[in-house]
Amino acid sequence: MGLEGYLVVSTLLFAIGAFGFMARRNAILMLISIELMFNAVNLSLVAFNAFLPPDSNAGSVFALMIMAVAAAEVTVGLALVIAIIRTRQTAEVDQYADLKE
Amino acid sequence: MGAGAAVVTLRNIIHSAVAMMICFGSLAGMYALLGAPIVAAAQVLIYLGAISVLILFAIMLTQAGDANLPAPFHRQVPFAVVISLAIAGLVGWAVFQTDWNAAVTAARAAVEDIANAVFTTYALPFEIISLLLLVAIIGAIYLARRPEEDERAN
Repeated sequence: MGLEGYLVVSTLLFAIGAFGFMARRNAILMLISIELMFNAVNLSLVAFNAFLPPDSNAGSVFALMIMAVAAAEVTVGLALVIAIIRTRQTAEVDQYADLKE
Repeated sequence: MGAGAAVVTLRNIIHSAVAMMICFGSLAGMYALLGAPIVAAAQVLIYLGAISVLILFAIMLTQAGDANLPAPFHRQVPFAVVISLAIAGLVGWAVFQTDWNAAVTAARAAVEDIANAVFTTYALPFEIISLLLLVAIIGAIYLARRPEEDERAN
């Protein structure tokens, strides 16, 4: 599988993540979709790093840093979602409409 | 293989979390194929180990045993389909338009090289990441502790 194969998988994964983020109603599933998009970007970074000539390890290093940022993001995101679910008793983002003033 | 697992992700409730774990695992396999074993190891540790367990815990905490599954999608679905198809089409078109003639076969990234890069060239981002993780931990603890304190105050 060449570079295009990995890039196509990454593109499809990103599109699926974007679709899930926009179309799902469960807040936790929206977070999962964000994780999918992070992973798509990571995959494309590592693929570029492996196949393109400037032979540094920048892609791998950036992928590791994106993983750390994703871990921080999902921690805070899940804490927020659980806090809001405790007060609202629901995970459906449609019913958070009264959050807007 | 990763995409196939990800498509399953867009179904109902806890199955999608398991599908997400399968997708992350196959992505770790792809990183190993790409000659980045340390990224594959980090993927297994962070995503399969930490984030999946965190999300599963959150689902277990929030679902609370009621099995009434509402319609999983809302009415933005047509827009979402259009926008994600546009993303896939545009990026895919760009991928196939570009002439990747410089593409060579995968160069193995040694662990020592990555370690050298992280701790010399990218030392500042590394420290900033550690600070960000600290802030995230503090924020999560604050958000998680707040209702208990309120209950105790009442």
